[in-house]
Amino acid sequence: MSEFIIKNGRVFDPVQGIKGDKKDIAVKDGKIVDKIGSGAKVIDAKDKTVMAGALEIHAHVAGPKVNAGRWYRPEDKHFDSHKTAGITRIEGGKSIPTVFKTGYEYARMGFTFAMEAAMPPLYARHVHEEIHDTPIIDEAALPVFGNNWFILEYLKNQEIENTAAYIAWILRQTKGYGVKCVNPGGTEAWAWGLNCLTIHDPVPYFDITPAEIIKGLIAANEYLGLPHSMHLHQNDLGNPGNYKTTIDSLKIAEGVKANNKFGREQVLHSTHLQFHAYKGTNWGDFESGAKEVMDYVNKQKNLTIDTGNVTLDETTTMTADGPFEHHLHGLNHLKWFNVDVELETAAGIVPFIYDPANAVFCSQWAVGLEIPLYAKDPMRCFITTDHPNAGPFTRYPRVYSWLMSKKTRDALLNGFKKADKVIGATNLANMDREITLYELAAMTRAGPAKALGLAKDYGGLAPGMNADIAIYNINPDKFPSDGAAIEKAFAQVSWLFKDGKICVEDGKVVDMGHKKTFWVDAKVNENKQVMHDIKEKFLRYYSVNENNYPVPESYAPHQHIISVDATQA
Amino acid sequence: MPKEVTDVICPFCGTLCDDLVVSVSDDNKTILGVKNACAIGAEKFNHQRQPGRVKRPRMRQADGTYKEITYDEAIDWTAKMLVKSRKTLMYGWASTSCQAMSIGHEIAEKVGGIVDNCATVCHGSSLIAIEDVGVPSCTLGEVKNRADRVIFWGCNPAHAHPRHMSRYSIFPRGFFTVKGHKGRKIYAIDCRYTDTAKCADEFIQVQQGYDYELLNAFRTAARGEWLPDTVGGVPKEKIIEIVEDLKSARFGIIFFGMGLTHSMGRNHNIDIAINLTRDMNDFTKFAIMAMRGHWNVTGSGQVLGWQYGFPYAVDLSRRDQARHQTGETTSVDLLNRNEVEACFYIATDPGAHFPVDAMISSSRKPTVCIDPHINCTTEISDIHIPVALVGVEVGGCAYRMDNVPIETRKVVDPPEGVLTDEELLTKINHRVDELLAAGGA
Amino acid sequence: MAEKKITLNMITCRTIQQGVGMEAGKTSQKYFDACTIMHMHPEDMKKLGVWKNTNVKVTSSVGSVIVKAVETREDLVPGLAHIPMGPWANRIVPAYTYSTGEPCFKGFPVDVEIAANERIKGAVEVLQDACGLIRK
Repeated sequence: MSEFIIKNGRVFDPVQGIKGDKKDIAVKDGKIVDKIGSGAKVIDAKDKTVMAGALEIHAHVAGPKVNAGRWYRPEDKHFDSHKTAGITRIEGGKSIPTVFKTGYEYARMGFTFAMEAAMPPLYARHVHEEIHDTPIIDEAALPVFGNNWFILEYLKNQEIENTAAYIAWILRQTKGYGVKCVNPGGTEAWAWGLNCLTIHDPVPYFDITPAEIIKGLIAANEYLGLPHSMHLHQNDLGNPGNYKTTIDSLKIAEGVKANNKFGREQVLHSTHLQFHAYKGTNWGDFESGAKEVMDYVNKQKNLTIDTGNVTLDETTTMTADGPFEHHLHGLNHLKWFNVDVELETAAGIVPFIYDPANAVFCSQWAVGLEIPLYAKDPMRCFITTDHPNAGPFTRYPRVYSWLMSKKTRDALLNGFKKADKVIGATNLANMDREITLYELAAMTRAGPAKALGLAKDYGGLAPGMNADIAIYNINPDKFPSDGAAIEKAFAQVSWLFKDGKICVEDGKVVDMGHKKTFWVDAKVNENKQVMHDIKEKFLRYYSVNENNYPVPESYAPHQHIISVDATQA
Repeated sequence: MPKEVTDVICPFCGTLCDDLVVSVSDDNKTILGVKNACAIGAEKFNHQRQPGRVKRPRMRQADGTYKEITYDEAIDWTAKMLVKSRKTLMYGWASTSCQAMSIGHEIAEKVGGIVDNCATVCHGSSLIAIEDVGVPSCTLGEVKNRADRVIFWGCNPAHAHPRHMSRYSIFPRGFFTVKGHKGRKIYAIDCRYTDTAKCADEFIQVQQGYDYELLNAFRTAARGEWLPDTVGGVPKEKIIEIVEDLKSARFGIIFFGMGLTHSMGRNHNIDIAINLTRDMNDFTKFAIMAMRGHWNVTGSGQVLGWQYGFPYAVDLSRRDQARHQTGETTSVDLLNRNEVEACFYIATDPGAHFPVDAMISSSRKPTVCIDPHINCTTEISDIHIPVALVGVEVGGCAYRMDNVPIETRKVVDPPEGVLTDEELLTKINHRVDELLAAGGA
Repeated sequence: MAEKKITLNMITCRTIQQGVGMEAGKTSQKYFDACTIMHMHPEDMKKLGVWKNTNVKVTSSVGSVIVKAVETREDLVPGLAHIPMGPWANRIVPAYTYSTGEPCFKGFPVDVEIAANERIKGAVEVLQDACGLIRK
């Protein structure tokens, strides 16, 4: 059955400017079409909300540190290893779901795409093995560059063309999607136990600053014209007063124009901004810096951000910001996992309990909500939890309920043990805005798709686009005032279409679909210098041979390759 | 004209050398020689051409002899055994590919198996310790490029990971270590003066079974607190001297092995070593790494990790959840307590490497053993099913001791008609489906 | 005055010869030669009154195995003995794991007696015999 007509649904599609009109959507052979024959199967979406499938722009769902998090936390499966009747495999893991659970849960919530936020190139084969085993949702992965020896050396000499050639080579070797930059310079410093906390702290030996790394990677990304922009996890994550470093970092993008054929307008995507929007000097006088940061973001049209909402759960932090994790372990003394990766990056993992009795964690929760509530353009502000760092992705419906219902979030805010302290340190209590369904569609579908350069086929419901469609049991005219009801409706779709096939029905997985691995193949002019440098470094410094570095084709049996021609640049 | 296959990955130990060069006959059937491998790796590749290779499944007869049967017969018998048994031990996996493991897990979930890998008698202690306290570690290239203090504690790479010292840990000249071994200080801490200790700058003899106490003393010395005159046979002055030297390092690494995981204390020997490493990070950069024995035991841990959330000893016998509890779901304990109804061994030889009491228990149950060669286990099993040598006759993903994934290569064809693990498991999976649909064995 | 029986602390480990032997095949001569030996300290050999390369009977709480006593190349201390991992070593390794899954491969007491005229069983034979699978 490949023809469907979704009738009488209330459509929310920022791509076409549809704000809840009753409109039929026709599906044929995996695409959304204008018209359909009478033989099409009817899906009755009366009084239901219809949106495009959501796109996760930043989550840690596949790869070596994700898996280390899984197996070193057997307690994460406590009371959470189960099998639903039907075609699904055993699923488990509260904060770091197994790959089967990851695919199923995203699909149950109406997601059709997820971006693995950080792929260490040396471990790319592992990332792709997990992506291969994750059912239903399309996936891609961002290789990390901000502490890579090639990048540090090229950018020190401001060799943008060489940087771009190396990036293109890595994207091809690792089947990667774009340019991720985590704690620029600081993670290389961490290989000696050090860090870079401001954008001007030089990296030991390489003698380049984070500012230069950020600037250079933005330039290389635009030189290549990649579908996505440079994707940045700023220095000094999680520390009081870090909002200054954040704004300093974002300023580096001023005046830079996006260069690409995919409709992308931003040149810098700043991720999990909540962790980077703190005022104060210590945990005692800690305050929200969300307003200051968002005032800047609102002004700068060439930026996009994602929120990184704290959900007040026990979860697991994991990041390529190795020094941060060591620091966090010093604060909460929970088991610390660390791996430094030769020539490339590092990763750290520490479990974390965002206890709602703690004023600081509640203030972080408030900051995470203030950010989207301050955002003037929902097409540039996306909702994430930096899964699993600020909370598991399965809490997205709860985050939506806080954003869409002041009553719900105020009830939680006022009920905190240290409510007075939290209200005093943040702005949330005075914010009345409630995100609408249309804005939510922008923040979770149309916006991320555009920022990823996928707007032509994903994130919207226009004819010709891919039939990735989520239908929720929410009547826009009778929008629930109860937070729990909002959460429930977003947690279990009535239907999920993926590539025109029904994969989830009434929250139950009914078809595994035909997921694809997305990656970007950027062609550049032949670059003998870079090829020579690659050969050199593999011979002398890497612990694997160059010919064993690439990800073999068999690891990604279904590929969606986006070609970019950067040879004219 | 023989041809040379380069960048070949050696499927023996966790060092996972990937620079082997194998000469192969023109018809792709015979390995003529191998370069760059250690003695053990060379033996593995050279053994490929030895006569007497088992090419078809064998079934034990009532008189103790073995008779050749077809693959289909073996697959049918195996599937029936799996479907009938309520709780099957499915052990091994450490010498096959990740792709094969994945299919095995599907089978286990359907029939109610307990999937366990060789870590259970090897670095299981380390995995338990990491589950308790985490681990600060690194990739082997970081050791090569940065380490100026290297400690081998309770491990003997000269015998178990022969090229480790030349590829990563003692001799290579890296980016920040241009002097090679002359710029590194090497310690060996062991109850015997091993061949590895002979390559070290300093050897510390610890009384067998007293590693926990000595590690504890190192931690105590690092905090400048009181020590008794000797700990584990090592004088306190020596302990203090070593710790002070370690604090002056730029990048220190501790490699450890069975000396810690097998002796009294088991996982506690490891968790205290990890805590020592973590403590040292207050002074300088320090990492610790388990010397994983098999070339893909790490891979089995990874696949079990992403599919079920645990690194080994995964009990799927209830079919609706995954459970993991060392002592309860670990192979030797299951066999000791007679808690499984059938045994399915793949890519392993517990007959040679499990304590005999466990194997006596195993030999009393219907048993299938999947292995390219005759080994101790095949000779006490009901059926021996031969398969292609992974990493030699078929490729597949493997994970090195530092979790770096490398795709092994096919160098020659398997013997005529011999299935690969993936092909065999796929057929068993299919037959199990048929039997389950028909309502059981 | 040599003793009839001495008690030693036993460890079982990999050796490179055992690894090579294993790859040559569990029923190969290389494997047999590599694994059917017990490394002893010269002082212990003197205490027991055993010549190098003589067969001995090694007994633990599990049972007994016949192996050949050899002088160690990798210095042991008096009181410590080493049989390379394999079915002969595992014939006497206690299976108890202390709930860790790991048996007592290293650090268990054994009694050693001279057994100069007793035969060392083959790899498969030593296991089959223990399992009661050899028809007499």
